[in-house]
Amino acid sequence: MSYRKFGSTVRRLLLGAWSILWAGLRGAIPQAIAIFAAFLVGAIVLLATGHSPIDAYGTVLVGAFGDSYHIGQTLTQATPIIFTSLAFLFAFKCGLFNIGAEGQLLIGGFAAAAIGISFAGLPVYIHLPLALAAGAGGGALWGLIPGVLKAKLDAHEVITTMMLSYVALYVTSYMVNYPFKEPGSWVAQTVFVVPSAELPRILPPTQLSGSIVVALVMVSLIAYVLERTTLGYEVRAIGLNPSAARSGGINVRRGMILALVISGALAGLGGAGEILGVHRRFIDGFSPGYGWDGLAVALIGGLNPFGVVLASILFGALRSGGMEMNRALGVPLDVVFLIQALVVLFVAAPRLIRYLLKRGGYKW
Amino acid sequence: MVSVIDIINVGLFAAAIRMATPVAYASLGGIFSERAGVVNVGLEGMMLMGAFSGVLTSYYTGNPWLGVGGAILVGGALGLLHAVLTVKFGGNQIVSGTGINLFALGFTAYMSQTIWGSRGASKSVQGLGEISFSPLKGIPLIGDALNTMLSYKPLVYVMFVVVVLSYIVLFKTPLGLRIRAVGEHPAAADTAGINVYRTKYICLVLCGMLAGLGGVFLSLSNLSLFVLGMTGGRGFIALAAMILGGWKPLGALAASLLFGFTDALQMRLQSLGILPAQIILAIPYILTVIVLAGFVRKRIPPSDYKPYLKE
Repeated sequence: MSYRKFGSTVRRLLLGAWSILWAGLRGAIPQAIAIFAAFLVGAIVLLATGHSPIDAYGTVLVGAFGDSYHIGQTLTQATPIIFTSLAFLFAFKCGLFNIGAEGQLLIGGFAAAAIGISFAGLPVYIHLPLALAAGAGGGALWGLIPGVLKAKLDAHEVITTMMLSYVALYVTSYMVNYPFKEPGSWVAQTVFVVPSAELPRILPPTQLSGSIVVALVMVSLIAYVLERTTLGYEVRAIGLNPSAARSGGINVRRGMILALVISGALAGLGGAGEILGVHRRFIDGFSPGYGWDGLAVALIGGLNPFGVVLASILFGALRSGGMEMNRALGVPLDVVFLIQALVVLFVAAPRLIRYLLKRGGYKW
Repeated sequence: MVSVIDIINVGLFAAAIRMATPVAYASLGGIFSERAGVVNVGLEGMMLMGAFSGVLTSYYTGNPWLGVGGAILVGGALGLLHAVLTVKFGGNQIVSGTGINLFALGFTAYMSQTIWGSRGASKSVQGLGEISFSPLKGIPLIGDALNTMLSYKPLVYVMFVVVVLSYIVLFKTPLGLRIRAVGEHPAAADTAGINVYRTKYICLVLCGMLAGLGGVFLSLSNLSLFVLGMTGGRGFIALAAMILGGWKPLGALAASLLFGFTDALQMRLQSLGILPAQIILAIPYILTVIVLAGFVRKRIPPSDYKPYLKE
């Protein structure tokens, strides 16, 4: 590639990123209002139960971003959510509701662990990519099933992905309780993965691992695929109007299957990142619902790959800052989950926000 | 050596009916919601809030029946919230339902710590008593079995009544016809003079109330206390039962009984250490995927769940 060609490619990429970013900023108004409203209701709940919202929110903020350690923990918490929200986003662009990211993440995590605990002696540059690929492959398989069922048999993906999530939960739980259980352990978990399959920690002593680098690469990749490739164009066309896409010569069935496979792979990669980077083994029930957070975060991020990163950091900050709030002030951590849920409820109905603004005398 | 009698006996079927009851309540709720054209993945959250508010009411009043009332009220309120977000403001039904689930989990955990000082479980409260058929024990041979098969907490009997009532309302009354019309073709129903919004509101409030009943059955009938996340995916099982039952009350009851049976069987096999629980626990979900894919008999949802907004 000549120097000039390289330069123009970089410029085009930057321009593309900027256009996406600008569209996101303009579209972020309802999200900002939803977040504000959720914190407002959260403050009322805190007041009603005898806590000072200012103290509580202040501690959350300091606990989330106060120093490099807390920033590291916030980003650690945000990482799996970046993957699951990206997974939700990609399927959604194709008009599909993948609410089974939780299951895809679990299967991916388990597949990565299975590769990670075997093949001792492989060099890092083979073992680690192999384990990550296994994670993506496991998630992709868990997306392929609902994809095929949707495309060939018209089974609604909302229900199939949701049900398959529970299947994944029980399958992985069975695996680490029986065949893959660490010998002699009281906990349902595998043995540690071999060091050659570990994702390096990049900000010790925090648990922040190379998984976030993979996540950010995926964010850029998905943004590029959606905006600048034929596949992305087809996926978005199907999402906007499947019958028009079909008339336009797009293979709708193939597109839907691909969208769910890629979506599943992203969630699976997120699971692999948690296992290889944070826990270093598969522990039964290691995900506190990252899949469900993914749906919420994708919407709060305005269904924009870069917005999703910001929204993931918000969720990660609430979780890690909330822990600090719980330690320092004794306020139950769950108030931050309550706030997250309220954001989702407000985001669910953009018309509600518009209605409230109008009632308040604002035009928008 | 464990014999078959130890596993499959009258007690197993009685346990199956108890396990089926909360699922059946919630799936009836799901039927009303979906027949009126609204998906409700928030059943799980509505059940959880029902379970919590039932215990809370019983804790403060000492009367479990008031607790049942509280659960119905709170469930209905969540149904109303789902209606406002998705019907009035045309919001996304799945997002709203997910929001309700997340809200219920966060709210109950927060309140449980605030009120009882423990995230995991509430204090024990006054639960619902059991209706006993012990005089039947006098009958030779089948007396004991009859007593086991007939003695339940009151909400179990109520459930069977509600199933029959739901069937009558949905398929034998003008209101039922209106509900189904609104779900299948809201524009046509509107033209025919049916108040589409009001019908959907009624169905969603009813749905929340039924899910609340299912939840309070878990907390006040089974345990007499609230446990963190005690619904444990039963709201989703209820959705599965609804689909398996073809969006019909009697079908949903049959599917709930099937799931209740697998649940009861799973507990026995687990306590006897015969088969890993996970394998059996996954069955309802696998079954639903297979049925939805049409491998058994094609199930087509009664509506396309698009929000209907008047001009």
